[in-house]
Amino acid sequence: MNLAAQTHGFLSPTGVEIAFLLVGLATFGAALVTVTTKQLVHAALWLVVTLGGLAVEYLLLTAEFIAWVQVLIYVGSVVVLLLFGLMLTKAPIGRSPDADSPNRWAALAVAVVAAAALVWVVADAFRTTWIDLDGTAAGTTRVTGEYLFRNWVLPFEALSVLLLAALVGAIVLSRKAKADAAGPPGRTATTPTPADGGGDRAPTPGDSDRAPTPGDSDRAPTPGDSDRTPAPGGGDRTTTPRGGDRSAEEGAR
Amino acid sequence: MHLVYPAVLSALLFCTGLYGVLARRNAILVLMSVELMLNAVNLNLVAFDVWLSRTAVETLHSGQALTLFTIAIAAAEIGIGLAIVLAVYRNRGTSDIDRLRDAAEGPDDDSDPGRDSDAAATARAAEKAEATP
Repeated sequence: MNLAAQTHGFLSPTGVEIAFLLVGLATFGAALVTVTTKQLVHAALWLVVTLGGLAVEYLLLTAEFIAWVQVLIYVGSVVVLLLFGLMLTKAPIGRSPDADSPNRWAALAVAVVAAAALVWVVADAFRTTWIDLDGTAAGTTRVTGEYLFRNWVLPFEALSVLLLAALVGAIVLSRKAKADAAGPPGRTATTPTPADGGGDRAPTPGDSDRAPTPGDSDRAPTPGDSDRTPAPGGGDRTTTPRGGDRSAEEGAR
Repeated sequence: MHLVYPAVLSALLFCTGLYGVLARRNAILVLMSVELMLNAVNLNLVAFDVWLSRTAVETLHSGQALTLFTIAIAAAEIGIGLAIVLAVYRNRGTSDIDRLRDAAEGPDDDSDPGRDSDAAATARAAEKAEATP
Protein backbone atom coordinates (compact mmCIF):
# COMPACT_ATOMS: atom_id res chain seq x y z
CA MET A 1 0.00 0.00 0.00
CA ASN A 2 2.90 2.32 0.56
CA LEU A 3 3.99 1.87 -2.99
CA ALA A 4 0.50 2.58 -4.15
CA ALA A 5 0.40 5.64 -1.97
CA GLN A 6 3.50 6.95 -3.62
CA THR A 7 2.17 6.48 -7.11
CA HIS A 8 -1.02 8.37 -6.26
CA GLY A 9 -1.17 11.88 -5.03
CA PHE A 10 -3.36 12.48 -2.02
CA LEU A 11 -6.92 12.84 -3.30
CA SER A 12 -5.74 13.03 -6.85
CA PRO A 13 -8.95 13.16 -8.77
CA THR A 14 -9.20 10.79 -11.66
CA GLY A 15 -12.16 10.72 -13.95
CA VAL A 16 -13.80 7.86 -12.11
CA GLU A 17 -13.34 9.65 -8.83
CA ILE A 18 -14.91 12.82 -10.13
CA ALA A 19 -17.87 10.86 -11.48
CA PHE A 20 -18.14 9.00 -8.18
CA LEU A 21 -18.03 12.26 -6.26
CA LEU A 22 -20.71 13.92 -8.36
CA VAL A 23 -23.04 10.93 -8.28
CA GLY A 24 -22.32 10.58 -4.57
CA LEU A 25 -23.32 14.19 -3.95
CA ALA A 26 -26.57 13.64 -5.82
CA THR A 27 -27.19 10.43 -3.89
CA PHE A 28 -26.50 12.03 -0.54
CA GLY A 29 -28.68 15.02 -1.36
CA ALA A 30 -31.52 12.76 -2.41
CA ALA A 31 -31.10 10.79 0.82
CA LEU A 32 -31.28 14.01 2.83
CA VAL A 33 -34.47 15.02 1.04
CA THR A 34 -35.85 11.54 1.65
CA VAL A 35 -35.52 11.83 5.40
CA THR A 36 -36.56 15.46 5.67
CA THR A 37 -39.39 16.05 3.23
CA LYS A 38 -42.87 16.56 4.59
CA GLN A 39 -44.59 14.87 1.69
CA LEU A 40 -44.65 11.15 2.21
CA VAL A 41 -44.97 10.10 -1.40
CA HIS A 42 -42.16 12.43 -2.39
CA ALA A 43 -39.99 10.71 0.19
CA ALA A 44 -40.53 7.41 -1.61
CA LEU A 45 -39.75 9.00 -4.95
CA TRP A 46 -36.56 10.59 -3.65
CA LEU A 47 -35.64 7.18 -2.31
CA VAL A 48 -35.74 6.00 -5.92
CA VAL A 49 -33.15 8.66 -6.79
CA THR A 50 -30.98 7.57 -3.88
CA LEU A 51 -31.11 3.90 -4.77
CA GLY A 52 -30.51 4.62 -8.45
CA GLY A 53 -27.51 6.74 -7.56
CA LEU A 54 -26.17 3.89 -5.49
CA ALA A 55 -26.61 1.59 -8.48
CA VAL A 56 -24.48 3.99 -10.52
CA GLU A 57 -21.88 3.92 -7.75
CA TYR A 58 -21.81 0.13 -7.95
CA LEU A 59 -21.27 0.41 -11.68
CA LEU A 60 -18.37 2.80 -11.10
CA LEU A 61 -16.92 0.27 -8.67
CA THR A 62 -17.17 -2.34 -11.48
CA ALA A 63 -19.72 -4.43 -9.58
CA GLU A 64 -22.20 -4.50 -12.39
CA PHE A 65 -24.28 -7.51 -11.40
CA ILE A 66 -24.97 -5.97 -8.02
CA ALA A 67 -25.85 -2.72 -9.75
CA TRP A 68 -28.53 -4.41 -11.82
CA VAL A 69 -29.76 -6.39 -8.84
CA GLN A 70 -30.03 -3.09 -7.01
CA VAL A 71 -32.08 -1.58 -9.81
CA LEU A 72 -34.30 -4.64 -10.10
CA ILE A 73 -34.97 -5.32 -6.45
CA TYR A 74 -34.75 -1.97 -4.74
CA VAL A 75 -36.04 0.40 -7.37
CA GLY A 76 -38.30 -2.20 -8.93
CA SER A 77 -39.90 -3.87 -5.97
CA VAL A 78 -38.99 -2.35 -2.63
CA VAL A 79 -40.01 1.17 -3.56
CA VAL A 80 -43.19 -0.14 -5.15
CA LEU A 81 -43.92 -2.01 -1.93
CA LEU A 82 -43.31 1.16 0.05
CA LEU A 83 -45.64 3.11 -2.21
CA PHE A 84 -48.29 0.44 -1.77
CA GLY A 85 -47.79 0.66 1.97
CA LEU A 86 -48.22 4.41 1.87
CA MET A 87 -51.42 4.02 -0.12
CA LEU A 88 -52.84 1.30 2.08
CA THR A 89 -52.24 3.29 5.25
CA LYS A 90 -53.92 6.28 3.60
CA ALA A 91 -50.97 8.58 3.77
CA PRO A 92 -51.90 12.17 3.06
CA ILE A 93 -51.00 13.34 -0.41
CA GLY A 94 -50.02 16.89 0.42
CA ARG A 95 -47.72 18.19 3.09
CA SER A 96 -48.14 16.56 6.46
CA PRO A 97 -46.69 18.84 9.12
CA ASP A 98 -46.44 16.05 11.69
CA ALA A 99 -44.15 13.85 9.60
CA ASP A 100 -41.28 14.48 11.97
CA SER A 101 -41.14 13.67 15.62
CA PRO A 102 -40.83 16.61 18.03
CA ASN A 103 -37.49 15.27 19.22
CA ARG A 104 -35.89 15.52 15.81
CA TRP A 105 -33.27 17.92 17.08
CA ALA A 106 -31.95 15.22 19.38
CA ALA A 107 -32.02 12.85 16.43
CA LEU A 108 -30.16 15.42 14.34
CA ALA A 109 -27.52 15.79 17.05
CA VAL A 110 -27.07 12.02 17.27
CA ALA A 111 -26.81 11.70 13.50
CA VAL A 112 -24.33 14.56 13.14
CA VAL A 113 -22.14 13.24 15.93
CA ALA A 114 -22.23 9.73 14.47
CA ALA A 115 -21.43 11.08 10.99
CA ALA A 116 -18.53 13.13 12.29
CA ALA A 117 -17.09 10.19 14.21
CA LEU A 118 -17.53 7.73 11.35
CA VAL A 119 -16.15 10.04 8.68
CA TRP A 120 -13.18 10.97 10.82
CA VAL A 121 -12.32 7.37 11.68
CA VAL A 122 -12.84 6.06 8.16
CA ALA A 123 -10.95 8.85 6.45
CA ASP A 124 -8.09 8.52 8.90
CA ALA A 125 -7.94 4.75 8.59
CA PHE A 126 -8.03 4.49 4.80
CA ARG A 127 -6.19 7.66 3.90
CA THR A 128 -3.54 5.82 1.92
CA THR A 129 -5.68 3.12 0.34
CA TRP A 130 -6.53 3.02 -3.31
CA ILE A 131 -8.83 0.71 -5.20
CA ASP A 132 -7.36 -0.60 -8.42
CA LEU A 133 -10.19 -0.40 -10.88
CA ASP A 134 -8.17 -1.28 -13.97
CA GLY A 135 -8.20 -4.70 -15.56
CA THR A 136 -11.11 -7.08 -15.42
CA ALA A 137 -14.22 -6.02 -13.62
CA ALA A 138 -14.59 -7.31 -10.10
CA GLY A 139 -18.27 -8.12 -10.30
CA THR A 140 -19.35 -9.17 -13.74
CA THR A 141 -22.15 -11.67 -14.02
CA ARG A 142 -19.71 -14.45 -14.85
CA VAL A 143 -17.55 -13.78 -11.80
CA THR A 144 -20.63 -13.40 -9.64
CA GLY A 145 -22.06 -16.71 -10.77
CA GLU A 146 -18.78 -18.46 -10.21
CA TYR A 147 -18.24 -17.32 -6.66
CA LEU A 148 -21.89 -17.50 -5.74
CA PHE A 149 -22.45 -21.06 -6.90
CA ARG A 150 -19.00 -22.33 -6.10
CA ASN A 151 -18.30 -20.95 -2.65
CA TRP A 152 -21.60 -19.64 -1.38
CA VAL A 153 -24.11 -22.28 -2.41
CA LEU A 154 -25.21 -23.27 1.07
CA PRO A 155 -25.93 -19.71 2.29
CA PHE A 156 -27.68 -19.09 -1.01
CA GLU A 157 -30.04 -22.00 -0.48
CA ALA A 158 -30.57 -21.06 3.15
CA LEU A 159 -31.45 -17.59 1.93
CA SER A 160 -34.07 -19.01 -0.40
CA VAL A 161 -35.65 -20.80 2.56
CA LEU A 162 -35.59 -17.54 4.48
CA LEU A 163 -37.30 -15.73 1.63
CA LEU A 164 -39.97 -18.41 1.53
CA ALA A 165 -40.49 -18.06 5.28
CA ALA A 166 -40.75 -14.29 4.93
CA LEU A 167 -43.27 -14.65 2.12
CA VAL A 168 -45.43 -17.03 4.14
CA GLY A 169 -45.09 -14.82 7.18
CA ALA A 170 -46.21 -11.73 5.30
CA ILE A 171 -49.23 -13.59 3.91
CA VAL A 172 -50.17 -14.92 7.34
CA LEU A 173 -49.90 -11.47 8.90
CA SER A 174 -52.05 -9.92 6.20
CA ARG A 175 -54.70 -12.63 6.34
CA LYS A 176 -55.01 -12.48 10.09
CA ALA A 177 -55.40 -8.73 9.89
CA LYS A 178 -58.17 -9.21 7.34
CA ALA A 179 -60.01 -11.67 9.56
CA ASP A 180 -59.81 -9.24 12.46
CA ALA A 181 -60.88 -6.33 10.33
CA ALA A 182 -63.96 -8.25 9.23
CA GLY A 183 -65.05 -8.68 12.84
CA PRO A 184 -65.43 -5.19 14.29
CA PRO A 185 -68.14 -3.86 11.93
CA GLY A 186 -70.56 -6.55 13.02
CA ARG A 187 -69.79 -5.88 16.63
CA THR A 188 -69.83 -2.14 16.54
CA ALA A 189 -72.95 -1.95 14.47
CA THR A 190 -74.92 -3.12 17.48
CA THR A 191 -73.22 -0.75 19.89
CA PRO A 192 -73.23 2.76 18.56
CA THR A 193 -70.71 4.81 20.41
CA PRO A 194 -71.60 8.12 21.99
CA ALA A 195 -69.08 9.85 19.77
CA ASP A 196 -71.08 8.83 16.77
CA GLY A 197 -72.83 12.11 16.57
CA GLY A 198 -75.81 11.29 14.43
CA GLY A 199 -77.02 12.18 11.05
CA ASP A 200 -73.85 12.43 9.06
CA ARG A 201 -73.33 8.70 9.27
CA ALA A 202 -76.71 7.55 8.07
CA PRO A 203 -76.55 4.11 6.52
CA THR A 204 -76.47 4.10 2.78
CA PRO A 205 -77.82 1.36 0.59
CA GLY A 206 -74.31 0.29 -0.29
CA ASP A 207 -73.70 -0.69 3.30
CA SER A 208 -75.86 -3.75 3.23
CA ASP A 209 -72.78 -5.89 2.92
CA ARG A 210 -71.81 -4.91 6.41
CA ALA A 211 -74.71 -6.60 8.07
CA PRO A 212 -73.64 -8.85 10.91
CA THR A 213 -72.95 -12.31 9.68
CA PRO A 214 -73.96 -15.37 11.66
CA GLY A 215 -70.35 -15.98 12.46
CA ASP A 216 -70.29 -12.77 14.43
CA SER A 217 -72.71 -13.94 17.07
CA ASP A 218 -69.83 -14.77 19.34
CA ARG A 219 -68.72 -11.20 19.11
CA ALA A 220 -71.59 -9.82 21.10
CA PRO A 221 -70.56 -6.87 23.24
CA THR A 222 -69.21 -8.04 26.51
CA PRO A 223 -69.08 -5.98 29.65
CA GLY A 224 -65.37 -5.68 29.09
CA ASP A 225 -66.06 -3.49 26.13
CA SER A 226 -67.50 -0.76 28.23
CA ASP A 227 -64.08 0.69 28.87
CA ARG A 228 -63.65 1.27 25.19
CA THR A 229 -66.13 4.06 25.05
CA PRO A 230 -64.22 7.29 24.82
CA ALA A 231 -64.23 10.00 27.37
CA PRO A 232 -66.57 12.79 26.34
CA GLY A 233 -63.82 15.36 26.06
CA GLY A 234 -61.30 13.13 24.38
CA GLY A 235 -63.01 12.45 21.14
CA ASP A 236 -62.04 15.60 19.34
CA ARG A 237 -58.66 14.47 18.22
CA THR A 238 -59.12 11.42 16.13
CA THR A 239 -62.82 11.19 15.52
CA THR A 240 -62.81 13.56 12.62
CA PRO A 241 -64.68 11.88 9.84
CA ARG A 242 -62.49 10.98 6.94
CA GLY A 243 -64.36 10.66 3.74
CA GLY A 244 -62.67 8.18 1.48
CA ASP A 245 -61.62 5.77 4.20
CA ARG A 246 -64.20 3.12 3.76
CA SER A 247 -63.94 3.02 0.00
CA ALA A 248 -60.18 2.73 0.20
CA GLU A 249 -60.50 0.00 2.77
CA GLU A 250 -62.91 -1.83 0.59
CA GLY A 251 -60.46 -1.58 -2.26
CA ALA A 252 -57.74 -2.97 -0.06
CA ARG A 253 -59.59 -6.21 0.42
CA MET B 1 -10.03 5.19 -6.91
CA HIS B 2 -9.40 6.38 -3.43
CA LEU B 3 -11.15 4.11 -0.94
CA VAL B 4 -12.15 7.10 1.15
CA TYR B 5 -14.78 8.21 -1.36
CA PRO B 6 -17.11 5.20 -1.06
CA ALA B 7 -16.35 4.80 2.63
CA VAL B 8 -17.25 8.40 3.44
CA LEU B 9 -20.34 8.31 1.23
CA SER B 10 -21.40 5.13 2.99
CA ALA B 11 -20.91 6.68 6.42
CA LEU B 12 -22.90 9.76 5.43
CA LEU B 13 -25.74 7.67 4.01
CA PHE B 14 -25.80 5.54 7.13
CA CYS B 15 -26.09 8.58 9.37
CA THR B 16 -28.81 10.01 7.13
CA GLY B 17 -30.74 6.81 7.62
CA LEU B 18 -30.04 6.99 11.34
CA TYR B 19 -31.54 10.47 11.49
CA GLY B 20 -34.56 9.26 9.56
CA VAL B 21 -35.13 6.32 11.89
CA LEU B 22 -34.91 8.53 14.93
CA ALA B 23 -36.83 11.52 13.66
CA ARG B 24 -39.66 10.15 11.56
CA ARG B 25 -43.07 9.35 12.97
CA ASN B 26 -44.69 7.43 10.16
CA ALA B 27 -43.69 3.78 10.30
CA ILE B 28 -43.25 3.53 6.55
CA LEU B 29 -40.84 6.45 6.53
CA VAL B 30 -38.90 4.66 9.24
CA LEU B 31 -38.74 1.63 6.96
CA MET B 32 -37.41 3.85 4.17
CA SER B 33 -34.68 5.09 6.48
CA VAL B 34 -33.81 1.52 7.38
CA GLU B 35 -33.43 0.87 3.67
CA LEU B 36 -31.00 3.78 3.47
CA MET B 37 -28.91 2.30 6.26
CA LEU B 38 -28.86 -1.11 4.60
CA ASN B 39 -27.77 0.45 1.34
CA ALA B 40 -24.95 2.27 3.06
CA VAL B 41 -23.73 -1.07 4.38
CA ASN B 42 -24.03 -2.53 0.89
CA LEU B 43 -21.89 0.21 -0.59
CA ASN B 44 -19.25 -0.41 2.05
CA LEU B 45 -19.26 -4.12 1.36
CA VAL B 46 -18.92 -3.66 -2.38
CA ALA B 47 -16.15 -1.08 -2.11
CA PHE B 48 -14.09 -3.15 0.29
CA ASP B 49 -14.65 -6.28 -1.76
CA VAL B 50 -13.42 -4.58 -4.91
CA TRP B 51 -10.40 -3.33 -2.99
CA LEU B 52 -9.61 -6.67 -1.38
CA SER B 53 -10.16 -8.74 -4.51
CA ARG B 54 -7.15 -6.95 -6.05
CA THR B 55 -4.87 -7.01 -3.05
CA ALA B 56 -5.65 -10.22 -1.20
CA VAL B 57 -4.94 -13.58 -2.76
CA GLU B 58 -8.17 -15.43 -2.13
CA THR B 59 -11.21 -13.56 -0.90
CA LEU B 60 -14.10 -15.69 -2.22
CA HIS B 61 -15.70 -12.33 -3.12
CA SER B 62 -17.34 -12.43 0.25
CA GLY B 63 -18.24 -8.75 0.15
CA GLN B 64 -20.30 -9.02 -2.99
CA ALA B 65 -21.89 -12.26 -1.86
CA LEU B 66 -22.84 -10.62 1.42
CA THR B 67 -24.22 -7.67 -0.53
CA LEU B 68 -26.51 -9.96 -2.49
CA PHE B 69 -27.62 -11.63 0.72
CA THR B 70 -28.23 -8.26 2.33
CA ILE B 71 -30.37 -7.18 -0.61
CA ALA B 72 -32.44 -10.35 -0.35
CA ILE B 73 -32.82 -9.98 3.41
CA ALA B 74 -33.81 -6.35 2.95
CA ALA B 75 -36.51 -7.42 0.53
CA ALA B 76 -37.80 -9.93 3.07
CA GLU B 77 -37.59 -7.32 5.81
CA ILE B 78 -39.57 -4.77 3.85
CA GLY B 79 -42.28 -7.34 3.13
CA ILE B 80 -42.64 -8.40 6.73
CA GLY B 81 -42.35 -4.82 7.95
CA LEU B 82 -45.09 -3.59 5.67
CA ALA B 83 -47.33 -6.50 6.65
CA ILE B 84 -46.85 -5.57 10.32
CA VAL B 85 -47.47 -1.89 9.62
CA LEU B 86 -50.67 -2.71 7.74
CA ALA B 87 -51.85 -4.98 10.56
CA VAL B 88 -51.16 -2.22 13.09
CA TYR B 89 -52.93 0.29 10.89
CA ARG B 90 -56.01 -1.89 10.57
CA ASN B 91 -56.15 -2.44 14.31
CA ARG B 92 -55.30 1.05 15.50
CA GLY B 93 -56.22 3.32 12.62
CA THR B 94 -52.79 4.92 12.62
CA SER B 95 -49.26 4.17 11.53
CA ASP B 96 -47.78 6.83 13.78
CA ILE B 97 -45.22 5.06 15.91
CA ASP B 98 -45.30 7.77 18.55
CA ARG B 99 -48.82 6.73 19.46
CA LEU B 100 -48.13 3.03 19.81
CA ARG B 101 -47.29 3.25 23.47
CA ASP B 102 -49.33 0.43 24.90
CA ALA B 103 -46.23 -1.41 26.00
CA ALA B 104 -44.68 1.68 27.58
CA GLU B 105 -43.40 1.25 31.08
CA GLY B 106 -41.28 3.13 33.50
CA PRO B 107 -41.52 6.42 35.33
CA ASP B 108 -43.60 8.01 32.60
CA ASP B 109 -46.22 5.40 33.19
CA ASP B 110 -47.52 7.16 36.29
CA SER B 111 -48.55 10.26 34.44
CA ASP B 112 -49.20 8.74 31.08
CA PRO B 113 -51.85 6.04 31.54
CA GLY B 114 -54.74 8.43 31.57
CA ARG B 115 -53.60 10.16 28.46
CA ASP B 116 -52.47 6.98 26.77
CA SER B 117 -55.53 4.96 27.48
CA ASP B 118 -57.54 7.99 26.49
CA ALA B 119 -55.68 8.22 23.19
CA ALA B 120 -56.05 4.51 22.63
CA ALA B 121 -59.73 4.73 23.46
CA THR B 122 -60.20 7.60 21.06
CA ALA B 123 -58.31 5.72 18.39
CA ARG B 124 -60.57 2.70 18.90
CA ALA B 125 -63.56 4.98 18.92
CA ALA B 126 -62.39 6.53 15.68
CA GLU B 127 -62.02 3.12 14.16
CA LYS B 128 -65.46 2.14 15.37
CA ALA B 129 -66.95 5.37 14.16
CA GLU B 130 -65.43 4.87 10.73
CA ALA B 131 -66.52 1.28 10.58
CA THR B 132 -70.01 2.01 11.81
CA PRO B 133 -72.32 2.72 8.90
